[in-house]
Amino acid sequence: MIRPQDLLCPRPEGLYCPPGDFYVDPVRPVARAVITHGHADHARAGHDTVLATAETLKIMAERYGADFAQARQAGAYGEAVARDAVEVTLVPAGHVLGSAQAVVRWKGLTMVVSGDYKRRRDPTCAAFEPVPCDVFITEATFGLPVFRHPDDGTEIARLLRSVAQFPERSHLVGAYALGKAQRIIRLLREAGWDRTIHVHGALERLNGLYERHGIDLGPMAPATSATKQDFAGEIVIAPPSATQDRWSRRFPDPVIAFASGWMQVRARARQRGVELPLVISDHADWDELTATVAELQPGELWITHGREEALARWCELQGVPARALALVGYEDDDDG
Amino acid sequence: MRAFADLLDRLSLTGSRNAKLTLLRDYLRQTPDPDRGWALAALTGDLSFDAAKPAFIRKAVEARMDAQLFRWSYDYVGDLAETVALVWPARPGANREPELSEVVDALRGATRADVQKLIEGWLDALAPTGRWALLKLLTGGLRVGLSARLAKQAAADVGPVPVAEVEELWHALHAPYEDLFAWLEGRSERPSADNPGRFRPAMLAQAIDEAVDLGKLDPADHAAEWKWDGIRVQLVNEGGVRRLYTRTGDDISRTFPDVVDALRDEGVIDGELLVLREGKVASFADLQQRLNRKAVDARLLAAFPAAVRAYDLLAEGEQDTRTLGFAERRARLEAFVARQASPRIDLSPLQPFQSWAELAALRADPPAGDPQAAEGLMIKRWDSIYQAGRPKGPWFKWKRDPMLIDAVLMYAQRGHGKRSSFYSDYTFGVWTRDAGGARILTPVGKAYFGFTDEELKGIDKFVRDNTVDRFGPVRSVRAEPDAGLVFEVAFEGLQRSSRHKSGIAMRFPRISRIRWDKPPGEADDLASLERMLEQPGERDQ
Repeated sequence: MIRPQDLLCPRPEGLYCPPGDFYVDPVRPVARAVITHGHADHARAGHDTVLATAETLKIMAERYGADFAQARQAGAYGEAVARDAVEVTLVPAGHVLGSAQAVVRWKGLTMVVSGDYKRRRDPTCAAFEPVPCDVFITEATFGLPVFRHPDDGTEIARLLRSVAQFPERSHLVGAYALGKAQRIIRLLREAGWDRTIHVHGALERLNGLYERHGIDLGPMAPATSATKQDFAGEIVIAPPSATQDRWSRRFPDPVIAFASGWMQVRARARQRGVELPLVISDHADWDELTATVAELQPGELWITHGREEALARWCELQGVPARALALVGYEDDDDG
Repeated sequence: MRAFADLLDRLSLTGSRNAKLTLLRDYLRQTPDPDRGWALAALTGDLSFDAAKPAFIRKAVEARMDAQLFRWSYDYVGDLAETVALVWPARPGANREPELSEVVDALRGATRADVQKLIEGWLDALAPTGRWALLKLLTGGLRVGLSARLAKQAAADVGPVPVAEVEELWHALHAPYEDLFAWLEGRSERPSADNPGRFRPAMLAQAIDEAVDLGKLDPADHAAEWKWDGIRVQLVNEGGVRRLYTRTGDDISRTFPDVVDALRDEGVIDGELLVLREGKVASFADLQQRLNRKAVDARLLAAFPAAVRAYDLLAEGEQDTRTLGFAERRARLEAFVARQASPRIDLSPLQPFQSWAELAALRADPPAGDPQAAEGLMIKRWDSIYQAGRPKGPWFKWKRDPMLIDAVLMYAQRGHGKRSSFYSDYTFGVWTRDAGGARILTPVGKAYFGFTDEELKGIDKFVRDNTVDRFGPVRSVRAEPDAGLVFEVAFEGLQRSSRHKSGIAMRFPRISRIRWDKPPGEADDLASLERMLEQPGERDQ
């Protein structure tokens, strides 16, 4: 009788696969790694070999330099790759460009490591594909019933309304450099904002990478300028930490916005000095998490990180066996 | 309801007064009657419901979802209305979202049993922000940091008309104020302000610039009186309606029944609300015991007897006296106050003077008794009519010099809005001794203004370079006898306070100078503050 824990089991380095001798998203350097996506807490430098999508490998090279691992193997979406006796297939997760679920098959057992994922449309990456499985291993960053992300179009409309309402101020939007920033820019373009968007220097390289992958971000310029008034009525995108930093002083009386699932909770916005919270997240919200479990009907649900107790409770009420792995090392803050 | 909810949502996170005005003015311009009127009433505190108790809301949500999941959600969010707004498991097939006016109308005609069903139906139909706004409205606590005065200012901006005109009309109007908006938008005549017992917008004084103004003014043209340290009020008895208003038109009659009952004759007095015991002014802290209380009882009335010290007479019987000169009004006021024959209404005496030098001496060295606690002097032209607002010229206030101490910066906190990248809120302390006799700093106050933008940059840099610890948005900065930053802090008075560790609370503290040159070890100690407390009249020059 093959047990799931024979195929994947939590270790301090991350989720380990003994028959394939690899880790998924290890938080420490290991011999063989499978990386689901390019966010820094999942994709670290220093592994010997890395299997990931071509996009994720490029993102890692952009961040850590071309020699971030001794050997790199690109897996195309849907293409099975052998790792010893185990077959690994990368399938779109809908989180950011290149993000993938790792589908791990061995002796008739299928386990899916979701990585971070979301179910709604994102113009900058491929949509999540559900894969029937025996064990679904999910994140639970927003695993509380209070997290129910609104339609991103209404959030972008709120931003544009504010820009029209306060033409003498600039709007400084905090957005995580990988994925969120490019998604916000694309959503603004779709909403008809065709003016130059000013960006913080920390976003430029990843913006370029997205553009090379065919995601048209439209006219952009570095957010540097001689006079403050140049930014009046403009939209500026910056990493979340920069919006409260001395860097932000170059803008005229900025409206501080922050695009994140955490902005659902007013106290979080207040704490960060955010005047215009935009609830736009690259993670599944409560409804997406529970709908995914209901859709996949896995024999077991494992929860890697986040607010696992609430999702486990929901599974208990639904009669789905659930187990919290309590993996450490995955941040749940700025990339929400 | 959606526009109203979006408005509340933005207001709740907006700090700047101007931005709040823009948000509300735009809402009032873009929203049709009667919704905008009900929203205005909700924001000015003239519309409130007690339709839903927190316990009912909790029960309603727990009937629809797992109690454990709700508990975790509530623990995480910390606010009941917000939690329920977010987690509410809506039943499918709900009606369309209700408009604010539909909610108001429905609640007015509903029985208690109906109300619960109505609320659940609305929660089903609304999006989370709408649910949050509805629950805030129904539980009677909008708390979005907007004063009634600012709401009236936004309404006036719709015209635009001066806010004093809206204030004068206010108590003659009723929600949803369709006549007000019709007038503001030029579609009809100004509504009649003829409403017995209404508020009349207050006349305010300019701060005097001694060097410029005194030389140009003739002492013979002016009267002077003390500026008492209470709150400015208007006491009205008109057409059988008796009311007490703050200087911004908030009705505080219910909090001060003793004062309201004292005005026997019909007329309108402008004066200072004080706690008076045997004709002597008690401290501002005593008055605070009476302010902000919804209910008053006999014990409170006896312990903190309030009174109005009269400055001016705005109406007498049926006559509006505001167009008379100050000299004429004053003569009528003296006779009027005498006729009331009540210890709850007395007269603010004029201070005769021949020259500005004589008045300056009086200000610098007030005689024993009540004047020692006065904020300063008021100077009024004998021929000034009573004009709403702050006209330049007829009235001046000549405040006493503030008290000053040197204190040491201990903690700095990030500001809001424009200042969110600056450490701009400062907690400062003075020296005292701990149980072991060591010299330590104890916090005595907090200030966030009094410095220029240039100075703010300098202090911000000092804070960043000298941080010794961080707690969220607060930084603890280096403060040792020979390393740290000294502020000269100006303030208007000191009170004993059990809520502060130092036992002292400052009134209106602000940074008057930054003493880059002064070693912290030479800053003041707590004992010198305690001496100021014992001699309330003595001001540090």
